[in-house]
Amino acid sequence: MKAMSRLKQILERGEFAVTAECGPPKGADPEVIIKKGKILRGSVDAVNVTDNQTAIVRMSSLAACSLLERAGLDPVLQMVVRDRNRIALQSDILGASAIGIRNLLCLSGDHQCFGNQPQTVGVFDLDSIQFLQAVKRMRDEGTIIGGDELSAPPDLFIGAAANPFADPLAFRVIRLAKKITAGADFIQTQCIYNLDRFESWISMAMDKGLPEKVYILGGVTPLKSPGMARYMKTRVSGIDIPDEMIERMEGVPKDKQREEGIRICVETILRLKEMPGVKGVHIMAIEWEDAVGEIVERAGLLPRPGI
Amino acid sequence: MITAEQKPMDEIRRMIAPYKRILVLGCASCVAECAAGGEKETAMLASALRMAARMEKQEVEIEEKTIDRQCVNEFIVLLDDIVDQYDTILSLGCGAGVQAVGDMFPEIPVIPALNTEFLGETKNQGVWVENCLGCGDCMLYYFGGICPLARCPKQLLNGPCGGSVNGKCEINPDLDCAWQLIIDRLSRFGALDRLEEIYPPKDWSKKQGSGPRKIVREDQQE
Repeated sequence: MKAMSRLKQILERGEFAVTAECGPPKGADPEVIIKKGKILRGSVDAVNVTDNQTAIVRMSSLAACSLLERAGLDPVLQMVVRDRNRIALQSDILGASAIGIRNLLCLSGDHQCFGNQPQTVGVFDLDSIQFLQAVKRMRDEGTIIGGDELSAPPDLFIGAAANPFADPLAFRVIRLAKKITAGADFIQTQCIYNLDRFESWISMAMDKGLPEKVYILGGVTPLKSPGMARYMKTRVSGIDIPDEMIERMEGVPKDKQREEGIRICVETILRLKEMPGVKGVHIMAIEWEDAVGEIVERAGLLPRPGI
Repeated sequence: MITAEQKPMDEIRRMIAPYKRILVLGCASCVAECAAGGEKETAMLASALRMAARMEKQEVEIEEKTIDRQCVNEFIVLLDDIVDQYDTILSLGCGAGVQAVGDMFPEIPVIPALNTEFLGETKNQGVWVENCLGCGDCMLYYFGGICPLARCPKQLLNGPCGGSVNGKCEINPDLDCAWQLIIDRLSRFGALDRLEEIYPPKDWSKKQGSGPRKIVREDQQE
């Protein structure tokens, strides 16, 4: 039987989608990824597998997706243009589709200077928008860059990232429109903490009619501690955490901070659920996959609809 | 201009260690502008090497000379009369200069004293910045005169990425986001709509498609 994207079906049916992030291990043990998959199964519609995030060498996203697919999950393959030229990107896309992966998230990737291989060369042969366009043409027109025809096109639900919190705000919406034109079927946003800014971004996108053309999944990351919040605010570019939120995390005893982080995350999801133009949520619980089930349940998103 | 910086003294001394008669050769063009290999820097390096040799009681003959361009044969030939006196040339030219001198005098090792860095401009006194990759297909018109390939660390032709905050790049808070500069410049020109179209993948064959590039101009040949 031909594999289908569960994420695509959920979104097309108008259900509020739930996805979660899953980071592959810094090693070759398949059990790590299978265990994470088991924790997430039933709580989410699809599992998004990072591609050497923060430029740190990990098990390949493609292999980890394959393990998750065999374990009965619907994986979203993240692929960054940092490490592969257009030959490798297009080749891996064909391979991913061939082994039954049905969702692809096209990213530029964290710069190599942040990771554990700072002496490497950054490829950046394509940028994320050109990459989206290439994948869409492979799927819809059956051609690769340059026009050569494929013997069989890949079957992929194509995603892209958007950061409503980076600058300049007005251009963020233009870039979203470019990503949609290039081929994005769904959008995953950067972690949302500043809901006011997110709302102004989404309303600017609504003015251009963009949420009608693409499924927007709001990104959320539960905070573990005020320290993590301060670190993300000051050290991670494009993350916007309001001071009130950091103060809220500081205001609870240490042993209650994780609970507070989950509570903030659930409140954010509840607001996103009511926001026009938002079609789902993407939960990035960094090395804290255990929290996902609870967050989804408390946000009233269980049980996940059957297909 | 091509920019360069002098290699560490230890590395230079290690490379010239086997030689007794050394010509320290400066270049009065790009590397003089960036204060790495001009007449002044050549004199300073030669004098530092002589002093170091004296301190260690080594008998080494170190002389210096600067020519206008180490990368153009008509200037390199000026060394014809003196080159036999030396058993090595320590070049303060860029990588192109070192190789051109070496091609002219293949019997003598030509040793680089500089690390050649980039194609750039003198921004302020003592400050040089990279702003051109020499890609072979200039796109500056489309981007308001600011090159995203040379100045955006991710070489985005459809930027800015999600790491642009307050006009700065996520790689380094001292680095201006090239895409913020492009947006600002194009909006001043009333040409921001240029960025709504998707720029296709770059044709890198014009930079590295078939090995080292060559320009042949018949109208310039005698």
